[in-house]
Amino acid sequence: MTKFRSTLLTALVSSVAFATPLMASSTLRIGLQQEPTVLDPTIDATASISGMLAHNLYESLTTVDESGAVLPNLASSWTISEDGLTYTFTLVEGATFHDGTTFDAEDVKFSFDRAMAEDSVNPTKKIFEPIESVTVIDPKTVEMKLTRKDAYFLFNIAQGAASIVAPESTADDATKPVGTGPFAFDSWTRGDRLVLKKFDAYRDAADVKLDQVEYRFIADPAAATAALMAEELDAFPGFPAPELLDQFEADPRFKVVVGSTEGEVIMALNNSKPPFDNIAARRGVSYAIDREEIIEGAMYGRAVPIGSFYPPHGPAYVDLTGMYPHDTAKAKELFAEAGLEGGEVTLRVPPFPYATRSAEIVQAEMAKAGVTVKVENVEWGFWIGEVYKKKNYDMTIIAHTSPHDLSNFARGPKYFYGFQSDEYDALYNAIKTEADEAKRHELEKQAQVFIAENAIHAFLFQLPRLGIYRNGVDGFWKSAPVLFQPLAGVTVE
Amino acid sequence: MQVFLLRRTFGFLLTIVAISVIVFLVMNVLPGDPAVTILGIDSTEDARAALRASLGLDRPMWLRYFDWVWGAVRGDFGTSYFFRVPVSELIVERLPLTLSLAAFGTLATVLLGITLGVIAAANHGKIGDWAIMLLSQLGIAVPAFWLSILLVLLFAVKLRWLPPGGFPGWDEPWLALKSLILPTTALALVQSAVLARVTRSSALEVMRLDFVRTARATGMTRGRILRRHILPNALVPIVTIVGMQVAGVVTGTIVIENVFYLPGLGRLVFQSISNRDLFTVQALVVLFAAIVVTANFLVDIAYVLIDPRLKGRLA
Repeated sequence: MTKFRSTLLTALVSSVAFATPLMASSTLRIGLQQEPTVLDPTIDATASISGMLAHNLYESLTTVDESGAVLPNLASSWTISEDGLTYTFTLVEGATFHDGTTFDAEDVKFSFDRAMAEDSVNPTKKIFEPIESVTVIDPKTVEMKLTRKDAYFLFNIAQGAASIVAPESTADDATKPVGTGPFAFDSWTRGDRLVLKKFDAYRDAADVKLDQVEYRFIADPAAATAALMAEELDAFPGFPAPELLDQFEADPRFKVVVGSTEGEVIMALNNSKPPFDNIAARRGVSYAIDREEIIEGAMYGRAVPIGSFYPPHGPAYVDLTGMYPHDTAKAKELFAEAGLEGGEVTLRVPPFPYATRSAEIVQAEMAKAGVTVKVENVEWGFWIGEVYKKKNYDMTIIAHTSPHDLSNFARGPKYFYGFQSDEYDALYNAIKTEADEAKRHELEKQAQVFIAENAIHAFLFQLPRLGIYRNGVDGFWKSAPVLFQPLAGVTVE
Repeated sequence: MQVFLLRRTFGFLLTIVAISVIVFLVMNVLPGDPAVTILGIDSTEDARAALRASLGLDRPMWLRYFDWVWGAVRGDFGTSYFFRVPVSELIVERLPLTLSLAAFGTLATVLLGITLGVIAAANHGKIGDWAIMLLSQLGIAVPAFWLSILLVLLFAVKLRWLPPGGFPGWDEPWLALKSLILPTTALALVQSAVLARVTRSSALEVMRLDFVRTARATGMTRGRILRRHILPNALVPIVTIVGMQVAGVVTGTIVIENVFYLPGLGRLVFQSISNRDLFTVQALVVLFAAIVVTANFLVDIAYVLIDPRLKGRLA
């Protein structure tokens, strides 16, 4: 009996003890549409991996703020040599990995060497391409030598793919990640949730307001809506369905924030074969489409139109949406010139709502200009195999979500654009090696104009970032200049 | 009986082998490239090549197939390209959820379907019969995912009695049961509509037979006639349909798991196919096939138990 009593008592006490910290602590429950496949952003491009873990669990030498400006992180400061080819980083004091091992210059060298190696499977290996060597000067100093100037270098090494990992733990990072960030891994149920808890030994632990972060993976927009409405979630920073925003705006429990992402939604034209190897046909498409109508129909008005390949919130943006105003008669003329009048083209659409919905409207608009569009909805694997790898398409609709991706037009004729121009290659080369910011922005403007004048693709709109937050949740970015969202500054009531 | 079992086992193995070959061929013929899916469309060609080599994707197809078979025989079903863990681990962590969902779904379907069918038959031509037939017609017409959304809106969003989705795991049995109520209901309502109609018509057919009239003439009560004479004789078509419905419930979990964001096998098979995650698809399709074949086998056994006349045929 005594034994029974004491068991009962223990159970009672432990349940009380269990309940108390839950009440006092702050847990943030974040909904996410895309579930991660692994928990290591250095081996897999799945956006949610960087989205959740970069600068929360992992850290990089630099970081960026909401405006995209570069800030120090694991590197507390740096100097750049006169010729722009040598970067010397001074590392921050007091950083440790979650497993207790200390962070030093060897970890930086290891992480970069691993990403640069021949057998590296880093998803954005191109950001390491200009690096010639990484040298440890002392435990708190690292020197990197570049083969050429790289204007985006400090921005690029802030990304999740350049996370600093430890040689002791990196083999298991895919399932049990270890980093230096403000949050440490707690548990992961594949397909259901990922739980991170505050890392108490974090160097700026006092600034971290959340004790626990719980990511819940909900792919279906209707299910996501139900979960928010039932108050199972506190935040959904990348809400997938613009058509459902109205009901959240009408509900006093929530606030809706519409910002921007780095994702340009384009209707890519296959420049490598007829009919779109002809600039008249390409310009015809630009005149035939009505961006306002597409945004209204496909995004319920929640997006900003673009006239070239650069985000409207970026510092070098030029508004080129007026270059080809919607003009069906002009489109007809150009299609006639290109011999496309009364012809048929295929629009192969990947399975993303922004693409499938836009496709239907494009089809109707092109029909008015006398060109029949055959819309084929294909699944993602098919799109990668046929459209992306084999360039077996006339038109397709896709969002390019990487920052600083003007480089896409310099990827040569093998890339699925099927586009190559020596003039553009020279221009892009000038951009990526120009260290002076003002001059670089000027060149980026020229690139935007070049792309629009050549009507390489039809440019539709910038993919919005639709955030739904429960009242009392603060600190989320409105717009996302990168894939990640630091949570150290986020608070929940 | 032994010959029967042997024959069935042989058939089972043949089915599995045929399915594995078909899946392998189809997955290889389908356009796509796991390396691009994993590393994204902005990745470099040499990173993709390195990944292909590390995943073994650069080796000839037939060699990969025989490697897989050789592994499978020893219980190793390969490693998922995407999750980078053994496929068996993925299946083991998700099996409890999908099996519970399928088992509850089948149980609810059988209970609801047969009960409603018998009530309808017993009240043939009356208001109860009409009402049940109308409801079941509705049940057949309504898609499971739409019904799921309605259930969530009512019981999770409006009334807050049940969670809108997710699964906490069987470590918390009460919460786990609670989170399975809506998915089970959505799964069973649609399936039981079919079963109710079959039960009704099968029972009505038996009711018209001479031995039922004779039984009635002996003065038995209606309930007793229903239980002792009608139902046992009406069971053969019912069991056939139940067997087919097990397959329906198992594949139905694919839709239901997506709507209720349950981390089960149905969701996994859906993702793996679009990701071209060959070994995961391979193992899952074989597993689903095994479940369906086993269900059919149990139905065959059930026939013998229900209808003693069939015993002779097995020898």
